[in-house]
Formats: sequence, structure tokens, C-alpha cells
Amino acid sequence: MSSEQNRHLVIVMPAYNEADRIISTINNIRQHSDTDIIVVNDGSTDETAKQAMDAGAKVIDLPFNLGYGAALQTGFKYALKQGYRYAVQMDADGQHDPSAIQALVEPILKGEADITLGSRFLGEGDYKAPFARRAGMILFSIILRVITGKKVTDPTSGFQAMNRKVIEFYTSDAYPVDYPDADVIIMLHMQGFSFKEIPVIMKRLPGKVSMHSGLKPFYYTFKMFLSIFVTLLRGKGEEKA
Amino acid sequence: MTLHQKVFALLLGIGILALILEMVRRRRLGEEYSFLWLLIGAGIIVLVLWQGLLERVTRLIGAVAPTTTIFIFGIVILVLINLHFSVKISKLSKQVKDLTQQIALLRTDKNED
Repeated sequence: MSSEQNRHLVIVMPAYNEADRIISTINNIRQHSDTDIIVVNDGSTDETAKQAMDAGAKVIDLPFNLGYGAALQTGFKYALKQGYRYAVQMDADGQHDPSAIQALVEPILKGEADITLGSRFLGEGDYKAPFARRAGMILFSIILRVITGKKVTDPTSGFQAMNRKVIEFYTSDAYPVDYPDADVIIMLHMQGFSFKEIPVIMKRLPGKVSMHSGLKPFYYTFKMFLSIFVTLLRGKGEEKA
Repeated sequence: MTLHQKVFALLLGIGILALILEMVRRRRLGEEYSFLWLLIGAGIIVLVLWQGLLERVTRLIGAVAPTTTIFIFGIVILVLINLHFSVKISKLSKQVKDLTQQIALLRTDKNED
């Protein structure tokens, strides 16, 4: 990636209590890209903010925990304000392999898509999701297929690259600020944005408690159905309200 | 309704009205939020003084006893008030989220200067 392109690109990374991993995550990204990195510290109670800053990232400190989606959106609001043209969204825990950043950004720069989604199930990679999670993914893949007419193999992917139009959309009230997910892909589709899946490698992290643990998957599945349903009810023009 | 019941219901209605007004007076409850509760107090008094209304409504909805009517409408009103609060909470949550993001962004700007 040329440095000219890098000036316009920003990596947005929400982080909640990731002090153990954030430095290595940032260092790994640095081996592949010298673009600006924004860490949105979502009210961590550990040293996440300090470590991210020491590792050379720009840190936005939320005064208390707002949750994944809202933290992410804070980063997009910052990107929009600072005039970045492209953004990459990735997780702070090192699950996303930064060597894929280039492949995600490329179609955006070429104008082939408004947003690219990193998929762990396309092509290479040996990611094995737990059964229940996998079943959910397959279910939502089918729903997405029916609604958007496109194949989406990994609707829960938090590894994405997007252009400014999508950044703008992500900062609007339409963006679900708890668990942005399959419903977002449908919103993007209904807003007329084009998306494309790119194969990426994701690692399952030992000892890491997923965002979706305990009883949350039930609530999450319900919420996703509701969100998709009302998105369809709203139809095209209403999202920007 | 016996006189005994009437006196009790009347006192209940007046008590609710007085309680709400007192809370508004002490600014423990905003005028905006007192409206629905005042309506309940007033509703009880109206039903005591105007029994024909309750009987008419009971016939209208096909209930047998007037008590059923009172219970149904009582529950419906409580549900609606709770719904009203859920709407308010949703709005407040969104506002808190927006403010929190705004503060974080402003603080980041300030550190940059």
C-alpha cells in the first residue's frame, strides 16, 4: 500500500480490557501497514489505554463502558471528523490477521465495493467455531442469501474495510450500537451499498471469553431476527432519519 | 356499589391525586410524568361519582361484572405507562450514548492541541 493511500486510511479498533493483547495486536499491524490506528478504549478497567498509546495508537477514551457497537461507532465518528476516506474495522484481541488488511482495502480503493467483509470460511484458514455459533452463522447466512441475493459466508465478521459513504452510514442512528452484525449487512444492502467478502484468517484465542457467551446467544439470536425484521419493514429510505 | 365501597374508592382517588400533586410540588416528580398518574386518580373519582359510565362500558366490552371492567382497564393503563417509560428509557439511552461519544471525541481533540 502506498503511503499516499495510507494517509486517508484509518484502522478503528474498539478495545475493552485488552491490556494483555493490545500491544502485540498493534505491533502485528505495524508489520503490514503504517496507517493510523485508532483504539477506542471502551471504559477498560485495566491498562488498555496506556498500552495502546505506548504502542503508538491514537486512543479515544470513553468515560465508561458503552458496548462493542457504540465504541466502534465512536471510532467512525472520529474518522469522519478527521476526514479519513477509508476505514478498516478490526478487533483488538489479535483474532484478525493484519496481513489481510491489504486484501480488504484493495477493492474499496478500486471502487469495486463500498464495503468488504473478512470471511473466515472463504478459502484458506482453519477456523473452527463452536457448534452453536456455527449453526447460528449458517442460519443467518441463509437469511442473508434470501434477502440480499448474495452469498455471505461469515455474517458475524468484525473485520471490515469501507469507504467514506459507509463510514457516514455507520455514524448514523440506524447503526445498531449493541451487536452490529447480520442486520447491518441487510441495512447496507437496502441502502444500496455494494459489499464483497474477502477470505481472511482468524484465530480462535485460547482462554478468551467470547462476547457471545452464557445466555447471550439466545438474546442475540432473538435480537438479530427482530432487527432484520424491522429493517425490512422500514424499507429503503427511512434509515437516515 | 355500597356507600362503604364508595367512600373507600373516593378516598383512594383523592389520596392518589393528593400524593401526585404533592410530589410535583416538591419537584420529586416532573409535571410531564405526573400527567398519566393524575389521570388514574381522576379516573377513579369519576367512576365513583358517575356509576352509569362504568355500567355502560361494562356492557360495551361484553363483561359481566363491573369489577372486571375496572381490572381490565387498570392493567391496560399500567401496561401503557410502562411502555411509555420504555420509550423514554430508549431515548435517554441513545442520548447518553451520543453524549458519551461526544465527550470522548472532544477530550481527544483537546489532547491534540
